[in-house]
Amino acid sequence: MNADGLAGRIGGRVPDVLVARGEVTAIVEREHLLETLAWLRDQPDLALDFLASVTATHWLDADPAFWVDYELRSLPHKHRARVKVGLREGDAHLPSVTPMFPTADWHERETFDFYGIVFDGHPDLTRILLPDDWQGYPLRKDESLGGVPTWFHGATMPPVDERGMA
Amino acid sequence: MGETPETTALDRPAAEAPSFRDPATGEVRQETMIINMGPQHPSTHGVLRLVLELDGETVIRCKPVIGYLHTGIEKNTEYRTWMQGVTYVTRADYLSPFFNELAYCLGVERLLGVEAPARATLIRVLVCELNRITSHLVWLATSGLELGAVSVMLYGFREREVIMEIFEALTGLRMNHAYIRIGGVVMDLPDDGPQKIRRLLDLLPGRIDEYETLLHDNPIWRERNEGVGVLSGEQALALGVTGPALRATGIGADLRKDIPYCGYESFDFDVPVRSEGDAYARYVVRLAEMRESLRIARQALERIVETPGPVMIDDPKVGWPPRLSVGPDGIGNDPAYLRHIMEESMEALIHHFKMVTQGVEVPAGEVYSAVESPRGELGYLIVSDGGHRPYRVKIRDPSFVNLQALPAIIEGYLVADTVASVASLDPVLGGVDR
Repeated sequence: MNADGLAGRIGGRVPDVLVARGEVTAIVEREHLLETLAWLRDQPDLALDFLASVTATHWLDADPAFWVDYELRSLPHKHRARVKVGLREGDAHLPSVTPMFPTADWHERETFDFYGIVFDGHPDLTRILLPDDWQGYPLRKDESLGGVPTWFHGATMPPVDERGMA
Repeated sequence: MGETPETTALDRPAAEAPSFRDPATGEVRQETMIINMGPQHPSTHGVLRLVLELDGETVIRCKPVIGYLHTGIEKNTEYRTWMQGVTYVTRADYLSPFFNELAYCLGVERLLGVEAPARATLIRVLVCELNRITSHLVWLATSGLELGAVSVMLYGFREREVIMEIFEALTGLRMNHAYIRIGGVVMDLPDDGPQKIRRLLDLLPGRIDEYETLLHDNPIWRERNEGVGVLSGEQALALGVTGPALRATGIGADLRKDIPYCGYESFDFDVPVRSEGDAYARYVVRLAEMRESLRIARQALERIVETPGPVMIDDPKVGWPPRLSVGPDGIGNDPAYLRHIMEESMEALIHHFKMVTQGVEVPAGEVYSAVESPRGELGYLIVSDGGHRPYRVKIRDPSFVNLQALPAIIEGYLVADTVASVASLDPVLGGVDR
């Protein structure tokens, strides 16, 4: 199915579907995430049963502040689609899809590790790439980048976003 | 000489000596042992730590612990220009640098709505397929070494070295090339490039036959790999496994065929599939893939020779570097271009300056660009907010996802099989931890 056909087919069920650069994105509310993913997986002509990736983006001073992103692929039909869920700052949690897609386990742990987004019902939501005692969520846009003390007269190398580069 | 002690440990009654029997019931104690394998362990392919719970020699639980090689590549790209991003992502999975560059650049090109010239696309296919062979050779060499086949290690690295020399001639570097750039590739093949590559393509089939002679019916190799680390197709899909590990379970999914990019649909090649799902099947699939890569590389090379033209897009707002030619002194500057910006045109100099400091401006949007790396689906989710730097680059690395299947193929097997199973998944920790 080409992108527009796919978007039309998914649009019959999910109201908010976009096509951009040949990629189909369905935007759903947190409450409808699990049923939408199950529906996309179970329709024989969609068969989006392979979850390639889960991740998030953080948008400062925006609402929603987080977009959680599910990349789906259909092996039999050789097409792709993306499902996105928006989350508000201070309310960054959504249901885990690990019971449905076991592969989501590490993806969700990574997203939690980087963004502090909580996946309710995840079997073992712990940090995965960063040390267990790490403070903060480094891929959030408001996370301090630190700075490096230097040996030269107590001078400091400023963090990379304050070095005056374009 | 001192006095002989009255009793020794051997004389003591068994009940007093430390025992595997429970003192109360006399039953043999059923205790398990937890051991750490790694992170510094010769067979963990980098710095992977496995927490293994053993019952005697049998692994009953395995928990992979990762992150020892995390370098924040995704975060780093957010504070560099789009073009500098190439030099970061090429360092993620260091055994398949061209694939990282390709997936990233294809994504940025899709955001920009541009396409690399035909010759550049063919060069990309050529270097990627050669890279697939070097990656599989490292896998063959290291897993051979871990299972005691030291000659295979020497042969694997010997042939890899030959291909690395080609990479060095093409890109100037042996690894982390940053050769594939947004809009094309850095520079054209050197004049003697096609001839060198042809010689390589004539050499390798015989060498792959050699590995096969060494291993295919080798009783030790078969004993260590057959029936070890079995993964079913259903398990593999549920766990997100892609690449040779998936194709060894009977599912012939390959992005080059399924969702082609870089014109792979116009190349004549097969996707090797086996159905056993064990470590031996993965070995057979990878060896067959090396032969298929040679087929593709040969076709790509012939087409490169027939397709003259630029290797970088002719768009001054995107194509960078604009012109590069390596002189006999090894310096990669184009004298005519230098004269143009330094002596002839102030505007050209300003443009040059802007391209160096800010680089290309990418329209806001989001793309997921995926290629078939030697380990499976390598995907880049690239988000732009319309600026000079990526807003978010997420690397969906196949090693990271495939490693999740490790408990499924280790638990229930002997601890000695752990080594064979880890090796058969071919995880590269640079890609796992990013």
